[in-house]
Amino acid sequence: MNRLQPSGLVMAFAWLVLSFLALPAFAVIPVSFTDTRYLAMPQDELSLQHWRTFLSSEQWLGSIWQSLWIAVVSTLAAVTAGTLCAIGCWRIASALSEKVRGLMILPMAVPTIVYALGLYRLYVDLDLVGSALGVVLAHSVTGLPYVVLTVSASLSNLDPRLEQAARGLGASIAQTLRHVIVPNIIPGVLSGAIFAFIHSWDELVVVIFIGGRALFTLPRRMWDGINDNLDPVIAVVATGMILFTLLVLTAELSLRGRRARQGG
Amino acid sequence: MRLASRDKMGKHTVYWLIVLPAVLMLVLLYLVPLGNVLLTSVTDPKPGLDNYALLFTSASVQRSLVTTVRIAAITTGFALLLGYGVAYAMRAASTRTQRLMLVLVLLPFWISILVRSFAWIALLGTQGPLNSALVAWGIVDEPVSLVRNETGVLIGMIHVMVPYAVLTLYANMRGIDAGLVSAARSLGASRWQAFRLVFLPLTAPGLVGAGLLVFILSLGFYITPALLGGGKVLMIAEYVAVQINDTLRWGLGTMLATTLMIAVLGTLWTLSRVVDVKRLFGT
Repeated sequence: MNRLQPSGLVMAFAWLVLSFLALPAFAVIPVSFTDTRYLAMPQDELSLQHWRTFLSSEQWLGSIWQSLWIAVVSTLAAVTAGTLCAIGCWRIASALSEKVRGLMILPMAVPTIVYALGLYRLYVDLDLVGSALGVVLAHSVTGLPYVVLTVSASLSNLDPRLEQAARGLGASIAQTLRHVIVPNIIPGVLSGAIFAFIHSWDELVVVIFIGGRALFTLPRRMWDGINDNLDPVIAVVATGMILFTLLVLTAELSLRGRRARQGG
Repeated sequence: MRLASRDKMGKHTVYWLIVLPAVLMLVLLYLVPLGNVLLTSVTDPKPGLDNYALLFTSASVQRSLVTTVRIAAITTGFALLLGYGVAYAMRAASTRTQRLMLVLVLLPFWISILVRSFAWIALLGTQGPLNSALVAWGIVDEPVSLVRNETGVLIGMIHVMVPYAVLTLYANMRGIDAGLVSAARSLGASRWQAFRLVFLPLTAPGLVGAGLLVFILSLGFYITPALLGGGKVLMIAEYVAVQINDTLRWGLGTMLATTLMIAVLGTLWTLSRVVDVKRLFGT
């Protein structure tokens, strides 16, 4: 029986904290069905009026569409560059390549506000303020750390001799990558893609600075809405975002299971 | 030495080539903008360290720094307390319960900070359910202000930070042999004694790691304080944003941003000297 035996009080405390963590966000679901015109729980009955407003709003739907394609394109860029970088560093395995891999994590450590400031200045010079391309570039580079981390984790379970064997048998580097390495680290690549996607989909601070007057991704439109008038429509959007996140998280958890099995 | 490493570079040329795109992206689109922030902080409006002197002379800058450090410190204290309880329970629980607890910890982690801040506004606002309940039960006469002030900022930030504390503390606790606690118990220690004299000291590295992590992450917060503070609780990131967007004081804004970055990266670097960061986060 080498197990900790916490008292009932400790367990109760832990469950209380866990509900404090998990539950509050779901409050937006009943609020989205409110029959009031202001932000509140439903008073007399459930109403779909704010859902209707949302579904007929070109602005909100346009923002969803914009956020979606920006996230997809940035994810593709981050996954391609990040995976290649992680594989290269894994194969080279020198002090320098370790430093490069460490450097890739930098965007996770530096406060986003600092980066947003610098990027805004750069984009003023390059005339990229308010352009979707500018946001895609920013989200690609800040998505890199997630991909490099998850792919590196997958690679650490892979025997380097596999690559040497393939090369020894005459496979080109491209063939080795395509047929030997990538198939073995696919769960890591997909996990990285999911993280990079969520990162872009949720990202707000950079967009606030470089979005200019015209570019409204979904988070930025929510941000403006919360600051302006606290319309209950925001609760509808928030509900949608929570459901979407749950979906993606479920996918990630099942991948994590697969990755664990792959690691043996 | 140098010759040998150059030879190695040659052997790995192809692999360096596939590393290159990511490195170029990072340099051109990340390091260049950061460098620009640094440069602006010592050149705008005129070359020199005048902007940095404001750290010591400007009352509003100092007020913002004090607010930031105070909120980050309180957040850290609560995140460690709440996180320790959860991590401890997770360490003790059966595998199945553990998995459920982990999901509950990760769930808020992945819900957008914007959505979570908004949910707190809906829950804690004067027309929100919490205030309705308090008034209905006669605990208070009028709705109490729980958001658009420092209380709101703290609630929101603690909520964001507890998962980081749990994950770091749990990674540390997982490596502790529970047999040590059992041994102390069988030798006559009370439950509390066994915890305080055996288990707690072993989690000290985890507490330091989690504490520093939560503290430095809290320093740079923007969205949560801006939404839940209602413009009244100016932490440093929001203060910077105001300098840039409203008053166009680039020198002051970039100086504070540089200071923030140095504080965060400096702490992380120190942390990496003291403990193995990778092991701390249980990778």
